[in-house]
Amino acid sequence: MSHTATLTEKDTLAFHLEKNIDVLARKCYQCGKCSAGCPVAGEMDFSPSMVMRLLQTETPANDEKTLRSYSIWLCLTCEMCLCRCPMEIDIPSVMDFLRQKSLKEKKVNPKARRIIAFHKSFLNSIKYTGRLFELGLTLDYKRRSLTLMQDVALAPRMISRGKLHFIPEIIKGRPQVAKIFKKTSKKEN
Amino acid sequence: MARIGVFICHCGENISATVDCAKVAETIGKLRHVVLSTEYKYMCSDPGQTLIKDAIKEYNLTGVVVSACSPRMHEPTFRRACAEAGLNPYMCEMANLREHCSWVHEKNDITTEKAIDIVRTQVEKVKLNYALQPIKVPVTRRALVIGGGIAGIQAALDIANTGHRVVMVERSPSIGGHMSQLSETFPTLDCSQCILTPRMVEVAQHPNITLYTYAEVESVEGFIGNFKVKIRKKAKSLDEKICTGCGLCTTKCPQKKIPNEFEQGMGNRPAIYIPFPQAVPNKPVIDRENCTYYIKGKCKVCEIVCPTKAIRFDQPDEILDLDIGAIVIATGFDVKHADFFPEYGYGKYKDVIDGLQFERLASASGPTSGAILRPSDGQVPKNIVFVACAGSRDPAKGIEYCSKICCMYTAKHAMLYKHKVHEGKAYIFYMDIRAAGKNYEEFVRRAIEEDHVEYVRGRISTIYEKNGKLIVKGADTLLGGQPVEVEADMVVLATAGVANSGAEELAQKLHVSYDSHKFFAEAHPKLKPVETNTAGIFLAGACQNPKDIPDSVSQASGAAVKVAGLFSQDELTREPLVAQVNRMAPPLYSTCVGCFLCQPVCPYQAIEREEFKARDGKLIKAVAKINEGLCQGCGTCVALCRSKSIDLHGYSNQQVYAEVMALLNEY
Repeated sequence: MSHTATLTEKDTLAFHLEKNIDVLARKCYQCGKCSAGCPVAGEMDFSPSMVMRLLQTETPANDEKTLRSYSIWLCLTCEMCLCRCPMEIDIPSVMDFLRQKSLKEKKVNPKARRIIAFHKSFLNSIKYTGRLFELGLTLDYKRRSLTLMQDVALAPRMISRGKLHFIPEIIKGRPQVAKIFKKTSKKEN
Repeated sequence: MARIGVFICHCGENISATVDCAKVAETIGKLRHVVLSTEYKYMCSDPGQTLIKDAIKEYNLTGVVVSACSPRMHEPTFRRACAEAGLNPYMCEMANLREHCSWVHEKNDITTEKAIDIVRTQVEKVKLNYALQPIKVPVTRRALVIGGGIAGIQAALDIANTGHRVVMVERSPSIGGHMSQLSETFPTLDCSQCILTPRMVEVAQHPNITLYTYAEVESVEGFIGNFKVKIRKKAKSLDEKICTGCGLCTTKCPQKKIPNEFEQGMGNRPAIYIPFPQAVPNKPVIDRENCTYYIKGKCKVCEIVCPTKAIRFDQPDEILDLDIGAIVIATGFDVKHADFFPEYGYGKYKDVIDGLQFERLASASGPTSGAILRPSDGQVPKNIVFVACAGSRDPAKGIEYCSKICCMYTAKHAMLYKHKVHEGKAYIFYMDIRAAGKNYEEFVRRAIEEDHVEYVRGRISTIYEKNGKLIVKGADTLLGGQPVEVEADMVVLATAGVANSGAEELAQKLHVSYDSHKFFAEAHPKLKPVETNTAGIFLAGACQNPKDIPDSVSQASGAAVKVAGLFSQDELTREPLVAQVNRMAPPLYSTCVGCFLCQPVCPYQAIEREEFKARDGKLIKAVAKINEGLCQGCGTCVALCRSKSIDLHGYSNQQVYAEVMALLNEY
């Protein structure tokens, strides 16, 4: 792509997005089709189109706002926005990139604490058993988020229906899974 | 012996600021065959031209090099000056010292060196120039207008009113085009048919216009002033001279369930039909694809009921050969339909319609006689949503451009709805309101302020059906992308305007270029918006890009003037800078070996076959010949010719070689 040829080094989010994941925030012309289709836009502090606009301004204040926003953590990566976007801007990847950046720079929105706790518990479960271990996930999540009593009433019914096992099922290819984790965590650093 | 005069222009300071003109003149003056080398502040001015004219006479010059600006700018000026002094104009060459040198370089010695080099090449070239005569071609004073919409009608009437003959070809059974389908027109809300139908009748009755409806252009050959056009008159299956247009056959035809094209599928028509009551000509045609007789071999009800016995089932297509001098393309456009949009239901929701369908609903002559009723159950919609930019400005859908007319007609649609359904609510989801045009912005403001149309800035993401309502999911981007959900009874998509079906094939038949969206391409986006890159073929209306009625009409009148201008000449003259295949005495005739590889590469179909025959008619040799009327002097054939038999006048191989050698050699 020709646009990379004229890329000048800048410490803005828009620049990093272009350099790292080849997404051009400036392509967005604010039609709002992403926000219109986003299932969680109503909960967001900045709707997807607003996030794109914040990135377009390329000012430190707005970049800060973006990294500290709740929106980037609410994104479900359902890709409805990408599917609808007339300019084919990969907003889910943008959100993913912003989440990593936000974590690295310790600018995580306080409201996103539980979401991150869930992410970590989920990944831990995969890391150690190779697949989702529901009970482990639940306990780990509760420990991290301190939501000890949330949804406890559901537990008996789930156990009786065989949805919550006490012993994790462990897959055969655990070393390979470990390798994936090792490789991706190395890449991040 | 060549006697060359070199005239170096300062162009005010444009050249002399960076190039040492005196030094250039001095150096060039020392070259062989240069008998005069002089400089002047403004060579194109009257005294400058007089300087050249006097020098030609005084020094008896055989060639002139004017070292000044681009030949695009002043070559005609200086060639005319030379001609006035009695020198063949093609003995004058220009060295471009301005665009190619002084404007693009700093002032220093190397710049002057380069200027000298540029002039030297032209001195060497002009030594090999030879006298050329302008090519003259005759003109057939009859125009062909392809397409009978408002643009075609306007162009045809304007040409016909200058006293020239016009042939109009329209592929559907009636002229009128999309404009005849519209209800009211923005920004005045006057009835479209009321202003159009008198024009349609005028076309049919004009003594200078020959109208062929239900006909298509089969092939086009020839060149400006001398086109040979084949027109296929599709069989209407009736004798037009006998038919009175009483319409009895259309009421008796048993086949009645064919979607009506004129009503955009909102109503049905029989197999023998008149597209709409005001059609011109107002005589039916039989749609053979859907007629029971042509499918099953029996029926013939129309033949039985026809009071004048005008039905002709065995009528064949007719091919007409016409000599045409100029062509106006006015084939119009089409709109995308709801089935183009997966997110808006792929056309499976009956109440999601396109703008042209809404026009038919709102039209007094439409399927509902002008009542806004939703297609699914015939109820009056209480909530109606208009979606602007449906498909337009959407690179993901392959349509990057703005369709230009949708902002205005959407405002009009919402207004018409509010005028007919007072208690209803009309939403318009838009991205920008583009209302550039006389009284256009005022019209949009009227829709918002007086008719209370609710404009929401944001694009619709999804439309789905729930409990008999259409749920329209949008966002208000002026409120930070806040989600907006409307329970609508009907949705109108202002779908993108696209090139008409068959535009690409027609462009190929006419050898005119078209863009990636299959719209016909103009010769220059600003200065030649009416011309195509093929001389003698002009554009009018929305076949070039989506246009509203005033724009189409103005362009059509523009095209008509171009045609009239062409027809005002007895014969056409054109630059003789064309290619030529050499000829020599028998038995060789030409060094051309007759491989005809040049034929397929010629972009202008200018290469013909010439045969030399003995007295007994036996073929001796077939060689290529270039039609001077068609050749544009591009030189592709020259580069390709294996036996080096083709040369380009004004840019011969020898001349170009001399230019290159001038640069390589010391002087």
